[in-house]
Amino acid sequence: MALNRDESSPLFAGSVAGTLRLIVYLALACVLMVLDHRGGWLNSVRYGLSLIVEPVYRIAGLPSQGFHAATVAFADRQRLTEANQRLREDLLLANAKLNRMASVAEQNARLKELLDTQHSLNLNVQLARLIGVDLGTFRHRIVLNVGARDQVKPGQVVIDARGVMGQVVDVMPTTSVAMLITDPNHAIPVTVERTGLRTIAYGSRAGDMLTLPNIPVSADVREGDKLVTSGLGGRFPPGFPVGEIREVAQTPSGMFLAAQARPAADLDRSEDVLLLHDLAEGAGPPAPATSSGPPADLAMPPQSAAPTLPSVTSPSVTPVPANATSSSAIAPTGTP
Amino acid sequence: MNRQRIRLLWFVATLVMSLFLMLIPLPAPLMPLKPYWPALVLLYWCLQSGDRVTLGLAFCVGVGADLFDGVLLGEQALRLTAMVFIALRFRSRLRFFPMWQQSLAVLGFLLNDRVLLLLVRVLGGDALPPAEYWISPFVGAALWPFLFLILDDLRARLRIHEA
Repeated sequence: MALNRDESSPLFAGSVAGTLRLIVYLALACVLMVLDHRGGWLNSVRYGLSLIVEPVYRIAGLPSQGFHAATVAFADRQRLTEANQRLREDLLLANAKLNRMASVAEQNARLKELLDTQHSLNLNVQLARLIGVDLGTFRHRIVLNVGARDQVKPGQVVIDARGVMGQVVDVMPTTSVAMLITDPNHAIPVTVERTGLRTIAYGSRAGDMLTLPNIPVSADVREGDKLVTSGLGGRFPPGFPVGEIREVAQTPSGMFLAAQARPAADLDRSEDVLLLHDLAEGAGPPAPATSSGPPADLAMPPQSAAPTLPSVTSPSVTPVPANATSSSAIAPTGTP
Repeated sequence: MNRQRIRLLWFVATLVMSLFLMLIPLPAPLMPLKPYWPALVLLYWCLQSGDRVTLGLAFCVGVGADLFDGVLLGEQALRLTAMVFIALRFRSRLRFFPMWQQSLAVLGFLLNDRVLLLLVRVLGGDALPPAEYWISPFVGAALWPFLFLILDDLRARLRIHEA
């Protein structure tokens, strides 16, 4: 039997040199980790190396893309027709709702202008697509196919048709990585829609739920309550659905109520998502108002008093191709 | 000469493939079952040709994997270096283990790796992972015999082709 008995692989005793090398490499790894954790220049290293990383992401995303294409190709005609029909109905319903909302939005905009607030209903968004890449099993990250070249910046909010999904944390030239709201390191300021109670929803360590660990015991929170973003903290704009409360219980200490909520967004099914462009107002006090009283164009109302018809009749999204640099605006914009 | 190059190519190709396999997503219910491919392939090469796998190589593969994953740079480098060190230390004995014993050893390596990962994550301020976190090493160990046989077979075929 040919036993391999040279120094590089001794049968029993290890060499001191090997241990030394191990220690050196482990120390190197630790130094790297600490430097990376402290942030700073390693991010730019990663940005530079994205030249290698991004093509790999695209290639690694191919199988899931192919799988998706295959399911579409082999889906039978009837199912597709059904899906098409359903989508058509949804669109019709959504358009009808939006049409009704447009007039309300217009009225709202007008009233807000009278109040001279800076809130607006403008949605400045950019369409993005997911790339099917697995960044570790319990990491709650998604890869999007837009990056710094499409003016994506860290901190931008990612939403889908149903609610908030997360925020961009890492931007490379043509891809970006977003952290989902279910990540244990993520927190999002929310209000309970029914009562207006403000609290914070954290990601949970077990899978796809949100936890709200510190609700006052006296608060009125029920199963089925909807959570929307509160807009506090200046990152997430107010009014977007976040989730729905599924369970409320007392914490073991008895000081607070803790609730579990299910995210409103389809975190593991969405394929197309929207990136919001700087919507939230920054933290801190608002800039001092320069002029008081109604804006100039509202000062002479007689001729515009009669029609309160919406100027925007059917607001619709014009989907931007992912690599387009411009961003589209979703109506209702409500400019008088 | 040419044969040498083909072998080297095959060696590099398996390592790159393992990184790809790590990135390719599985359907959501199967996600926690995904084995840690780079570790398995590195272990195979440790046992098969221990002179080619060094701590430096493990470190480089780890840094590459970190770059792709976008995790803390150095995390997988640390894990893979530690694992390759242990594997190289016990290489001569591991090679003569019957397959089931080898699988158990691989299970030990992977569990150790998970513990290291847990340490790094918790020190870095992450929350404790759920229970499914511990499934992956068992899947890896169960897949080990198949992976070993397939890679070995492919290697043998390449060599025959060349001779």
